[in-house]
Amino acid sequence: MILTIASREFRSLFLSPMAWTILAILQFILAFLFLTQVEAFTSLQPKLASIESAPGLTDIIVPPLFGNAGIILLLVTPLLTMRLICEERRNKTLSLLLSAPISNTDIILGKYLGTLGLMLLIIMLITLMPLSLLCGGELDFGKLFANILGLLLLVTAFTATGLFMSCIAGHPTVAAMGAFGILLLLWILDWSVGMNDQGSELFAYLSILRHFQNIQSGLISSVDVGYFLLFISTFIALSIRSLDNDRLQK
Amino acid sequence: MTALIEAERLTRYYGKHCAVNDVSFTVAKGEVLGFLGANGAGKTTTMQMLCGNLAPSAGQIKINGFDLLDQPKAAKLNLGYLPDTPPLYKELTVQEFLLYCAGLHGIAKSSVTAAINRAQQRCGLMDVADRLIANLSKGFQQRVGIAQAILHNPEVIVLDEPTVGLDPIQIREIRALIRELGQDHSVILSTHILTEVQESCSHVQIIDRGQLILNETIAGLNRQMDTGTLQIATRLALDINSLLTIPGVSSIENISENRIKIHHSVTANPAEQIAEQIIAAGWGLQELTPVKRSMEDIFISLTKEHREL
Repeated sequence: MILTIASREFRSLFLSPMAWTILAILQFILAFLFLTQVEAFTSLQPKLASIESAPGLTDIIVPPLFGNAGIILLLVTPLLTMRLICEERRNKTLSLLLSAPISNTDIILGKYLGTLGLMLLIIMLITLMPLSLLCGGELDFGKLFANILGLLLLVTAFTATGLFMSCIAGHPTVAAMGAFGILLLLWILDWSVGMNDQGSELFAYLSILRHFQNIQSGLISSVDVGYFLLFISTFIALSIRSLDNDRLQK
Repeated sequence: MTALIEAERLTRYYGKHCAVNDVSFTVAKGEVLGFLGANGAGKTTTMQMLCGNLAPSAGQIKINGFDLLDQPKAAKLNLGYLPDTPPLYKELTVQEFLLYCAGLHGIAKSSVTAAINRAQQRCGLMDVADRLIANLSKGFQQRVGIAQAILHNPEVIVLDEPTVGLDPIQIREIRALIRELGQDHSVILSTHILTEVQESCSHVQIIDRGQLILNETIAGLNRQMDTGTLQIATRLALDINSLLTIPGVSSIENISENRIKIHHSVTANPAEQIAEQIIAAGWGLQELTPVKRSMEDIFISLTKEHREL
């Protein structure tokens, strides 16, 4: 049941120009950033050669690329998730799912996994860029893997937030704005840590950016992974609750 | 007769507004229940509750013996629902959409094609199977909605205003389909078209302001239509006083010189004696018709009565 919904969600993304446009634009922008990074590396190479334990090819190219991809996906994910539940409710197609023998959990997870399918595709396409460097150089696969994992956890968290906003918002635009607002807030929360507030410890923990950067640096700790898993399950649970709420009151 | 739908004391509040108030009914296999009501009477709310789209504030619903709240999956397996707006994904073709619905209802892979073909045939969708739903006319979209509801051959079919937006020929086809479905399923049909109920239903319920005010079979309703009035036209003027002596006649109303209305008790119909007397007296009987109340009269008088209470 979950897979039925997920596969329909995934395929319907490609029925509209939406998914294609996003894939094309993302790929174009990130390819440009990737090339700038490669350019930077070639100009730095002579200097790096004289330094002991200098950052390698992977260090200079991969983290900035994946970091930028994270920021761009912060903007893009709300656009992809805004229609998930909201549109079904507006088009009155939600009752098809509600009167079918499937639970609300199935509906939410199906929608979530369907969108994640596209996210995986995006990450795969991004990963192809550093892999192309294998033609003429060597990569630190451990670091590359850490970056892929970081970006994956990041977008799954983004998607969960977007899905929740789509559940509670009455209009897709509102859902997109809401999701973008929450994500941006959590992203920049880190900036206030420098000030000596009492809440800064909490803020530092809540900041998505900090956890993402920790993983990106190659340090995969259970604190960071746990943060993302907690984040995702919270928003998924909230989404299911909000769909349940639909039946109870209107 | 096993009851496929059992609704017990359903109540639904929207905030402080009570949309459905203490409604109970059962529908057995082979029955087609027509659900009548004015706009905003609570028809759609009741339907939504029956199909698990809305939780009742109080009361219990059983579909095919499964409680909708305790065993929602088992209950919904036996349920086909067409909401007032057909739930269609406009970017899919009819075939794709029905395939998706088959997946949602857990139809076994081996029987999916057969199920889709049968539903398309029943709803006359064979010619448009490969067209996008968005490009279909309103009537065809409505048919796709019905196909979706009967696809998995459910025991209980709930149709919310199924003939809205259809042309007269399509309406006749859909009504025939409903009668056909009613033979081996339970069908609930909500409508505000009164003739539709007379044509395709075996039972009628009238709901007004959230309360059930009539629960009858069509035969019972026909009896209610009998008002106990005869209209008589003759060639010559009648002697009213002599007619009044016939047992069962309660009063006589003079419409014109040659035309009268006789009111009688519903239990004893004096039509035969009246005819005999008129012929014996040589007044020249030209017309003797029982005056029937239309379904609309009953509907209006019942809702009026209910509102005055």
